[in-house]
Amino acid sequence: MTALTYLTGGLSLGSVYAIIALGYTMVYGIAKMLNFAHGDVIMIGGYVVFCTFTYMNLPVWLGLLLGMVVCTVLGIVIEKLAYKPLRGTSSLAVLITAIGVSYFLQNAALLVFGSAPKVFTSMFAKANNIELADGKLILTPETIFTILICVLIMIGLQVFITKTKMGKAMRAVSEDNDAARLMGINVNQAISTTFAIGSALAAVAGVLLCSSYPTLMPTTGAMPGIKAFTAAVFGGIGSIPGAMVGGLILGIIEILSRAYISTELSDAIVFGVLIVVLLVKPTGLLGRKITEKV
Amino acid sequence: MNTLMKMTKSNMNQYKRSALWSYGITIAGFVIVSIMVSAGLISNSLQGQLVPICAYISLAVSLNLVVGISGELSLGHAGFMAIGAFSGVIAATLFQSLPFLWVKLVIAILVGGLFAGVAGVIIGVPVLRLRGDYLAIVTLAFGEIIRNVLNVIYVGLDEKGLQVSTSMDGIHLSEQGSMILNGPMGATGVTKLSTFFAGFLLVMFTLFVVLNLINSKHGRAIMAMRDNRIAAESVGLSATNFKMTAFVTGAILAGMAGALFALNYSTVAPVKFNFNTSIFILVFVVLGGIGNITGSIISAAVLTILPEALRQFSDYRMLTYAIVLIIVMLATNNPQLKALTAAASKQFKAKFSRTRVYKRPQKADEEMGGTK
Amino acid sequence: MKTVRAHGVKGMLKRALAVVMAGTMVLSMAACGSEAEPAAESGSATVKIGGIGPLTGSAAVYGNAVYHGAQIAVDEINAKDPNFQFELNFQDDENDAEKAVNAYQKLKDWGVQLLLGTVTTTPCVAVSAETFADRVFELTPSASSTDVTKGKDNVFQLCFTDPNQGTTAAKYLVDNNLGEKIAVIYNNADAYSTGIYNAFTAELKKSGKDVVYTGTFSSDDNADFSVQLTGAQSAGADLVFMPIYYTPASMILAQASKMNYAPTFFGVDGMDGILAMEGFNKDLAENLMLMTPFNPWSKDEKVAAFVKTYEEKYGETPNQFAADAYDVVYAFYAACQAKGVTAETPASDACEAFVEYFTTEAKFDGLTGKGMTWGTNGEVSKDPVVCVIQGGIYVDR
Repeated sequence: MTALTYLTGGLSLGSVYAIIALGYTMVYGIAKMLNFAHGDVIMIGGYVVFCTFTYMNLPVWLGLLLGMVVCTVLGIVIEKLAYKPLRGTSSLAVLITAIGVSYFLQNAALLVFGSAPKVFTSMFAKANNIELADGKLILTPETIFTILICVLIMIGLQVFITKTKMGKAMRAVSEDNDAARLMGINVNQAISTTFAIGSALAAVAGVLLCSSYPTLMPTTGAMPGIKAFTAAVFGGIGSIPGAMVGGLILGIIEILSRAYISTELSDAIVFGVLIVVLLVKPTGLLGRKITEKV
Repeated sequence: MNTLMKMTKSNMNQYKRSALWSYGITIAGFVIVSIMVSAGLISNSLQGQLVPICAYISLAVSLNLVVGISGELSLGHAGFMAIGAFSGVIAATLFQSLPFLWVKLVIAILVGGLFAGVAGVIIGVPVLRLRGDYLAIVTLAFGEIIRNVLNVIYVGLDEKGLQVSTSMDGIHLSEQGSMILNGPMGATGVTKLSTFFAGFLLVMFTLFVVLNLINSKHGRAIMAMRDNRIAAESVGLSATNFKMTAFVTGAILAGMAGALFALNYSTVAPVKFNFNTSIFILVFVVLGGIGNITGSIISAAVLTILPEALRQFSDYRMLTYAIVLIIVMLATNNPQLKALTAAASKQFKAKFSRTRVYKRPQKADEEMGGTK
Repeated sequence: MKTVRAHGVKGMLKRALAVVMAGTMVLSMAACGSEAEPAAESGSATVKIGGIGPLTGSAAVYGNAVYHGAQIAVDEINAKDPNFQFELNFQDDENDAEKAVNAYQKLKDWGVQLLLGTVTTTPCVAVSAETFADRVFELTPSASSTDVTKGKDNVFQLCFTDPNQGTTAAKYLVDNNLGEKIAVIYNNADAYSTGIYNAFTAELKKSGKDVVYTGTFSSDDNADFSVQLTGAQSAGADLVFMPIYYTPASMILAQASKMNYAPTFFGVDGMDGILAMEGFNKDLAENLMLMTPFNPWSKDEKVAAFVKTYEEKYGETPNQFAADAYDVVYAFYAACQAKGVTAETPASDACEAFVEYFTTEAKFDGLTGKGMTWGTNGEVSKDPVVCVIQGGIYVDR
């Protein structure tokens, strides 16, 4: 029974990783950049929604909507100011700029919201636990809703990318930037849209992250961001179902290794598994094979 | 034909000039700062940063060898620094009865480099089988693994010798014994051995190794591999061997710098060597110019001082730092601005060519980003 | 035409260079300016207190509390005593030993006479090695490891040491028969947490009790405690001892309540501040026991006045970090009065005078304890108070 309890713990952690990883993989898949500031956009989303709950007493859905709007605008502004001028230059320059943006967001949040941690009221505070086996096994509403929302978003993204015109344009950009431009696709617009969607997802992820783990600080997004990035690579970065699978597996591995092997080494084990997976399957679990041209 | 000959000749001269320029800047910096220190012209604040600056320069130059010359994005350089730091501290404690401070320091630095080098070999084998962003993420993973493992290493010393365990309970010391490494708390009560002069010598040694490697047959093979791996392999160069040389050399130098760094403070903890520190070093390399050794030296020194120089902004210090970082990245990498500076530097170089950038061609640069 | 363009580009480069140079000069002049400024501005001579702690990064909340608490004390003293003026210069160390030493060097350039800090343990160990060599008196409000003071006669603590807290907590649990089966959850990457844990288990063993489950975590950012709580629950623990800070503790309480696990939770002074967290559901902390030197709901006049000022100025309830820092400044004030330390006293002379004062005659009443005295090892002796949270405030037990 304890093993099952651990497994549900792993699912709940994994679902949070999964939803963050979706944002990472989306931006990476299209814009081919590691957006290290993604975790911090999540943190901003958390703060915005926290404010709408605590200071403005808005209903949950309106708060979430406002958070998504703010994050989307933020994502577009960041993209326009910091990333767009670097399009076509070395990926390293973009990486460092993303890290600069990450520092900026963290320290701006520190100045605006202060260093004292805030406690986020769960979106699902009113919902009850689901108790199985005489209350020995408990599924929290946070876990259930996070997984549900994650699946919905995953399907939504997949449909958007394969069926809509904009989605197809994005995939074309991801395949070959120059060829897409020649075909009359507005590359800049496609990439901006990617960032807008990624950032809106970050707001949702922020709310779900803080609903499950309610402490909100300027550094809240940093560590889950790195873990989720690992999850995205694990599942095959660029692959939308891969992000979901990677996130869930990573969460479960982390909790189980903490429970049965060592709390100190759980991160090392997670990263160790990642390395092994990449060595066996160099593009992640569901990643596409790279063919090299001479 | 004539121009070709001229070009090769000027390339050689360029190499010599750029190497001289790197050495020159280091020596000049050392001499000027030393004079200022002895004349009492330098603030405590700057004086306290001299050793870390030397360590960071060595780290930046060694990472530049991996990222710039060999073309592999490494996000785990702090891991090698950590191994060097902790093995260096253990060595310094083991040999604390030796007579001269500098003997102990040299031993510590050598041990640090040795252990980091061994780790470099172990990690390099799997890492170098991967490419692009996947390679980057695996180096990140190894960096985190190293830090995590250091979190569970406990080392104690008594008259019977060294004891190593993965928990506090595994160590049974006698009365005279003391702990050297205390898991996540790291080492406390470290005797400070590092000096600015030692730091200067380490930077010179690092430059000597890296510049000579770059300009050797090996170095040219490594750069050929970076610019077009398939073409290089088709002429019979073994990718793994050459990349391994660069990777392990980088690891050894990082370990030595780590030992120097750790022995400058009375305490050192594994958390210091996290992902942020790896990134911090990478920022030096990218800002100084990928492949540009002189650039790494300057940017490591400037960027170490910068957060301290920003202290009068108090609350806005780190925010300012972030803004400066973004603006500098945009200013140095924006294609329009870059074209402008490239044109300018062409004119400039025609008259007096100075530094040579061991840089990949622009096209290869783009390819690195896309794991298409 | 070509030459003209070349000139244009070159000119632009020159201009860019000039801008960079100008920027550097402005920066360096600003740096000089800020160093010279205070003395010129404040008219009468001031005794310079330097402070070091994390104002940014994940430990920022502790550094800011100390900064704010100390600032209130400095302002009070300056307003009260026209003949004596303090000046506080608080520097950020990001909870990093390297940055802390840099901050200390910066304070030395400024002419620091007394050092308040540093706030957290690892940076404090690094800085106290420097102050020991330079002979600068150092009193830390919150770095509680014995490594901080070991072998350094100039470093004193205003907080309980970690072993002291661990031993006291264990004795208290045994004497009051509080738990049949005791579990511990602690942060083994934190010197504070580990120090208390080690002393706690050692003392518990002496009285024949054992810990049924030990759960560790290695970062205060760590959000998931389901493994540790499930472990404690399945071991049947009815008391969980948490020698940790309140941020992770708040998450543990929330997750335990989700799991329907309700043992007695027992914390130490790091737990103080949990009720002041914005948005925290105070019901979760009902019946939480903690050892704390500071009770913001105390009837004590001085405490009430401090809490009122702090809330007005910073919009939050002060925690023990702020109160400890407030006490440090007043202890400095008392010592300056007793030993005649003024703005003209060199730091090293002030250090010797203060060391003598603190080890012999000091008997200090503050917000966090009455009749505090210090041993030659730098440890403070004051009485820990065990409180229990009821109805959202501390109630003395």
